[in-house]
Amino acid sequence: MESASATAERRRMRRRPAWLVGAVPLLVLAAAIAAFLALGAPGLDRIGVPQEKLAVERAVLRPGEIELRVRNDGADPVRIRQVVVNDAFAAFDQSAKRIGRLGGGTVTVQYPWIEGQDYDVSLVTETGVTIDHQIESATETPAADLGFYGLMALIGLYVGVIPVAIGMLWLPWIRRVDARWLQFLLALTVGLLGFLGIDALIEGVDFASGGAQALGGPLLVFLGAVIAYLALAGVGSHLDARGKRLSKARGGAAPAFQLAFLVALGIGLHNLGEGLAIGSAYAIGSLALGATLVVGFALHNTTEGLAIVAPVADHHTRHAAIARLVGLGFLAGAPAIVGAWIGASAFNASLAAFLFGLGAGAIAQVVVQIAPSIRDRDGRLLHPLAVGGLLSGFVVMYATGLLVSV
Amino acid sequence: MRRPWRAKLSRRQLLTGAGATAASLPALHALVPHQGLLDALAAGSGRDGHHPGAHTGPSHQGTVGRVRPGANGFDPSKLLRDFDRGRTRRMASGRTLREWEIVAQDKEIEVAPGVKYAAWTYNGRVPGPTLRAREGERLRVHFVNASDHRHTMHFHGIHTAANDGVPGVGRGDIGPGESFTYEFDAEPFGLHHYHCHTSPLAEHISKGLYGAFIIDPKQGRPDADELVLVQNGFDTNFDRENEVYAVNTVAFAYLHDPIRVKRGELVRIYLLNILEFDPLNSFHIHANFFHRFPTGTRLEPTELTDLVSQAQGQRDILELRFPHTGRYMFHAHVSEFAELGWMGFFEVVD
Repeated sequence: MESASATAERRRMRRRPAWLVGAVPLLVLAAAIAAFLALGAPGLDRIGVPQEKLAVERAVLRPGEIELRVRNDGADPVRIRQVVVNDAFAAFDQSAKRIGRLGGGTVTVQYPWIEGQDYDVSLVTETGVTIDHQIESATETPAADLGFYGLMALIGLYVGVIPVAIGMLWLPWIRRVDARWLQFLLALTVGLLGFLGIDALIEGVDFASGGAQALGGPLLVFLGAVIAYLALAGVGSHLDARGKRLSKARGGAAPAFQLAFLVALGIGLHNLGEGLAIGSAYAIGSLALGATLVVGFALHNTTEGLAIVAPVADHHTRHAAIARLVGLGFLAGAPAIVGAWIGASAFNASLAAFLFGLGAGAIAQVVVQIAPSIRDRDGRLLHPLAVGGLLSGFVVMYATGLLVSV
Repeated sequence: MRRPWRAKLSRRQLLTGAGATAASLPALHALVPHQGLLDALAAGSGRDGHHPGAHTGPSHQGTVGRVRPGANGFDPSKLLRDFDRGRTRRMASGRTLREWEIVAQDKEIEVAPGVKYAAWTYNGRVPGPTLRAREGERLRVHFVNASDHRHTMHFHGIHTAANDGVPGVGRGDIGPGESFTYEFDAEPFGLHHYHCHTSPLAEHISKGLYGAFIIDPKQGRPDADELVLVQNGFDTNFDRENEVYAVNTVAFAYLHDPIRVKRGELVRIYLLNILEFDPLNSFHIHANFFHRFPTGTRLEPTELTDLVSQAQGQRDILELRFPHTGRYMFHAHVSEFAELGWMGFFEVVD
């Protein structure tokens, strides 16, 4: 039996709001940090010299001028004191004399660069450390005007929207093939998507190495992937719950249009990254804008259209459904336009890495959603037909991918 | 418009960038006589930085900003004519005994505007003091190592093994806090140098442990305005390549603060190359020619030229007169070195 006083004590405790009690450790932590900093980190002396690190996130070339956008990538503040271009000191301005941890800055170098030549730009810090940035085949960065956005939209249309739309024209054909071949096509879709997912991961990690490592580096790719996977899984289960009330789910797989929507979304996120890569390559002049590239992307991305329509093969066409299909096409293709805009005007390697991560995660989720549709009557996933489809998907993507290397 | 600081900074650059006139050496050749422009720039007249040719960017030369004279405790403009003759007394034999005290110290110096370098020095300066003696004298160099590292003083000259200042011979390396007296005769006359010979050698030399060592001939040389130019460089990021080149340590010191000489007066240059990591250095003067005395060991010049190349440790005495007033450039004729700091002006006045 509890004494009266103990009961009273407990009641008194209960009157304090829970959030206040929960905040106590945070307040103590804040006070401890403040005291620690105020006392100058007692007992912890810095050994060694400052580690000055900068990542060059973007280079903008204008006539007579090279502008570098930098981010402090290390633990210590960085002070840029001189700039050397191709073994000669050069005049420059900078946005801040001191760039703090994770801080950004702009260094504008006055230099009579020549179109098509390579340049080594070296930022010399106060301690004599040099941060080197290579500009290959210098070319003027396109001004972000209306014509430029128009061109990027056109590229996005060519490589994203149109091929996907063309690919979706396979819908009437796949309605006519028998169920076993549909399974093959769905497996092919998974193969295509798997290829794109792996490709997105590799591209993302590739970009991450060029960005500020202090922001996460390759971690950004995987964070993006996990975020996209979980977000799509959340959206999927929400749609599931709603769909079950309206109609009966078939064979454990998600309803047809819902699945097509998720496929389109995943492909859209991937195309966002693809557009980004194209736009950034265009901005630094390393993109050979030509027939080969457009034709290559058309072939490459047309297969994506097939991936979108495969899940709705046995769905009856109505007018509303056609409108939906057009919407899905845009969802999958149009992000290439947005990506091209971002890539060409505000490219940032860390952002690119994150976006590719989103694409990869979205694709992984879509693969998980489609997988049940491939199962045969015995419930096997990797039956010979499915394996054939998967491998065909890889081969198609690999072969058409050879036509486009940005 | 998006970068409001630019207008302000390009003005600062004008105030400090001084000799900013031409983008390249050939262009500069053409511009040299037009010193009005240079003066206007040096005076910070606030003129717009966009010169003709703004299509390819404003012309510029040298670093942004300048190293304050004396920022390192020594001024390159004074170091030029600073000869350390030590203390002398007559020995019983009648010969002159000349003595110096040299202290090795670790010291941070500013080698280009804002760029600091953790140097090793003799007597707190880079290059070390220019030791000057006369042929035939007895020399004593009292060396004190106040640095955190082992060092020696190795002289170019003729002396005994015990006084050669190399590891493993005689006293060898002199440890931190230790001292040693090197003793030898001043021979042969000429322009020599001294440097640390402790291993790793490239590091001990490139960090600043070197200086000129002049032995005057018994009969002396004709009166002249004498200048010491030590060609050196600094590997600020430890990649065994130099980021900064100079004569007498500070990049573009004499571009910002030209060497003043009198028209028609004999000018004698003690030129020494101690540059580490690059096999060859050179000295070229504009609009003039000089007599060259290799190593200064003969009193007759071997050639009349306007360019002399020197390998590491090589030195020459150069003699010339400037027939015209004005501003004349001198620099390494290795363009890379010139544009990374090894470039300056003579200001010839009446």
